[in-house]
Amino acid sequence: MSIVECKDINKTYQQGKIEVRALKGVTLSIDKGGFVALAGPSGSGKTTLLNIIGSLDQPDSGSVSVDGNTFEKMTQSQLALLRLHKVGFVFQSYNLIPVLSAVENVEFVMLLQGVQAAQRRERAKAILDDVGLEAEYDRRPAELSGGQQQRVAVARAIVSNPSIVLADEPTANLDSKTGNGLLEMMKKMNEEKKVTFIFSTHDNMVMDYARRLILIRDGCIVDDQIK
Amino acid sequence: MSIDVKMAWRNIWRNPRRTILTISAIAFASLLLVFMLSFQFGSYETMINSSVKIHTGHLQVQSAGYQDKKSIRLVVPDPDTIGKILNQIQSVEAYTFRAIAFSLVSSKKRTYGSIVIGIDPVREAKVSTLKSLMRKGSYLAKDDTDQVLIGSLLAQNLKIDIRDEITILGQGRDGSIAATVVKVKGIYSSGIDDLDRNSIHMPLKYFQDVYGMYDAVHEVVVTGKSLKAVDGIKAVLNTGIKKINPKLPLVVLDWKELTPGLLQSIELDLVSGIIFYFFLILVVAFSILNTFLMVIFERTREFGVLKAIGITPGRLTKLLLIESITMTTIGIAAGIIAGSLITLYFQGHGIDISGASDILVQYGISGRIYPRLSLLSAFIGPGIVFIITFLAALYPALKIRSLRPVEAMTYV
Repeated sequence: MSIVECKDINKTYQQGKIEVRALKGVTLSIDKGGFVALAGPSGSGKTTLLNIIGSLDQPDSGSVSVDGNTFEKMTQSQLALLRLHKVGFVFQSYNLIPVLSAVENVEFVMLLQGVQAAQRRERAKAILDDVGLEAEYDRRPAELSGGQQQRVAVARAIVSNPSIVLADEPTANLDSKTGNGLLEMMKKMNEEKKVTFIFSTHDNMVMDYARRLILIRDGCIVDDQIK
Repeated sequence: MSIDVKMAWRNIWRNPRRTILTISAIAFASLLLVFMLSFQFGSYETMINSSVKIHTGHLQVQSAGYQDKKSIRLVVPDPDTIGKILNQIQSVEAYTFRAIAFSLVSSKKRTYGSIVIGIDPVREAKVSTLKSLMRKGSYLAKDDTDQVLIGSLLAQNLKIDIRDEITILGQGRDGSIAATVVKVKGIYSSGIDDLDRNSIHMPLKYFQDVYGMYDAVHEVVVTGKSLKAVDGIKAVLNTGIKKINPKLPLVVLDWKELTPGLLQSIELDLVSGIIFYFFLILVVAFSILNTFLMVIFERTREFGVLKAIGITPGRLTKLLLIESITMTTIGIAAGIIAGSLITLYFQGHGIDISGASDILVQYGISGRIYPRLSLLSAFIGPGIVFIITFLAALYPALKIRSLRPVEAMTYV
């Protein structure tokens, strides 16, 4: 059963006076519970595709649906709610809220979802325990290492029980040991909690971990391997 | 404390120097507004009370049309009946009767036109400050007859001193000639040129004899226990007069109708004050606007992340507004407290205005002004600051609603 459906996606950017066609008629289907890597060189369009799947960006043409929700004709507020309940994000540069502690960063998504305070705190701590940060609840992002911050970001992404987690170059700023640990953790979550992970990456380690590897070049899918 | 408020609080202190400067601007504006408004309200009350004490009283009962024409024939025929009504009103401090005529006043050397006022020496002393204005000689006694008090400038013009004789020549109520020779008992100086140059006070009974007034007077002058009591006294007086005789052509005028110039001065002062306050609040509003535009530039990436993880535009606006309201509330609270403390100090000690302007002197104010702190003066200015700064913060708070997450997150 597919959780993500992309049909004939086209996207063109304007870079100064030059038009850049980032995606050229991409059609893609990703099954629930997948651990998928969108790989390709810089400028290939993988991040654009990830952003479009996550409703952060809109395609010029084509349709996208996540967990049965088609994005066309949805307002900004509706898309925000869709992201809140269906999509988790892990960014290359962590993007935690600097004024909130680790546990508050994780809690914040649940606050937006309207989860009760006591339940929020309990679930946030449990998920931080799962990612190995049981001793770092009250530390703010500036007091955490890059690897720890990315773990908090993963915890924040999955705490809302999303249908998919989109990770944009999650290991790019981490050393290989930390990156490996992070991927192990995400794989474990994928297997145990059946969360669908979609990565955009050009890191071989991520590609090795992925069970499905989609290669993108010049805005087109050039290879799609299921391992 | 909810995470929203916690976030707002921590965000406010991310740039402590800027926050302190912004809060200080709001606090200073609020302080200034509390003090200045209290000062203005206090000075108005002083102006009104001083002015009414010198001459008009808080209220007067007159014959209809007298205020405009000042005709000797327009009289209050039976002032004692009005006095009986006034005796029953608890908020009345004192009242007196006056009769007024325009006459020629001559000394041996000169003649001037003057206002001759008949007063009840005992009652007058309770209503006006005339007795305390004596500079030479003495105030009228209860049983005095052909003796007068004269303004210092008029005495100077007539080249007379106390115990000198002057001749008064005018027209009586019945059209006959009113003429008498009186002796100067005292010379007063109020500081108000018009009064000192043009007026003479004589005992009311003697005035009534000379001018053929019988028992009539022109003004029943009333002072209330406070300015606030004026409207109540006016209403009771109106009812009382109608009850005695609905056809009696008498009117009750309050200080605003009696001294329109005073009201205009107050209004002018208030308007110029409001213009000053408007610009003050505008400066603070721009300070808040600047702070929050800077916040948007600095935290665009963060707002993009918040939108990416699913915050709705409305909630994002709310977060920024909580920051603005928190900052404004701190500033305003500090301003109100400091402003109130400073005002209370001067409310007790007064502000020396011995070098006061001519306008203030005209209204009998020459010593100290006491600011008056009230709920209105403490909260109206800061309340407007709150509303204006809220509106100023609304623009950037609404602007971030349209941020697109992808563009915001790549904003450097």
